[in-house]
Amino acid sequence: MSTSKPRVKVPKTASKDEVIQIKTLISHTMESGQRKDDKGNVIPRSIINKFTCEFNGKTVFSCDLEPAISANPYLEFSAKVPETGTFKFTWVDDDGSVYSSESKITVE
Amino acid sequence: VLAMTGLPRFASAEDAKVQAAIDAFAGGASIETGTVSLSAPEIAENGNTVPIGVSVDSPMTDADHVTAVMLLAAGNPQPGVATFHFSSMSGSADATTRMRLAKTQDVIALAKTSTGKVFMDRKTVKVTIGGCGG
Repeated sequence: MSTSKPRVKVPKTASKDEVIQIKTLISHTMESGQRKDDKGNVIPRSIINKFTCEFNGKTVFSCDLEPAISANPYLEFSAKVPETGTFKFTWVDDDGSVYSSESKITVE
Repeated sequence: VLAMTGLPRFASAEDAKVQAAIDAFAGGASIETGTVSLSAPEIAENGNTVPIGVSVDSPMTDADHVTAVMLLAAGNPQPGVATFHFSSMSGSADATTRMRLAKTQDVIALAKTSTGKVFMDRKTVKVTIGGCGG
């Protein structure tokens, strides 16, 4: 499986308790398990099945993904920023791989 | 709609899977309309990547917030699309993603709150080129 590269867009600063928008994208084929190869054999399912967003160690948002999610899964969601800290994003692959990314944010 | 009337058995087989997913999510709570709003295009040129967004009107406090939103595609081989899990730290119960639609069908959003309420919204999306190619 090729390596999956996460991309994340988080503001660098926020005011206290501001609700910010976060955008994430990870490169992944999201093979649905519904397709067949040219010999008629089912191509096995291989997807990112779980995404989690934590802030300073606490889960803010998470998502269970099914094979109906498009290739290179995109997620946009909100988060409240109570203090300066770090967002940690984690993607879990069917094959057991875990991809992660971190973004710092400063409360002004 | 007229074209659908010739295929009642297919429709009910789909409906059974969708109903089972709705029942499992609602857990016996009565399902209300309103509060949750689903946004999806009326016509999707390419079923491989259809933007879908959901927004739930909620104070998002510790006592009263949206805990989960489940998205279903009623006409896909498997109706499950995604389940979002929110917390009071989410600030706002909204999320957007992109999904595959095999054909023209209804897309459903169900929202559950920490106070035990369940809300539903649905939209029909017309698909020009299906997104579950075999």
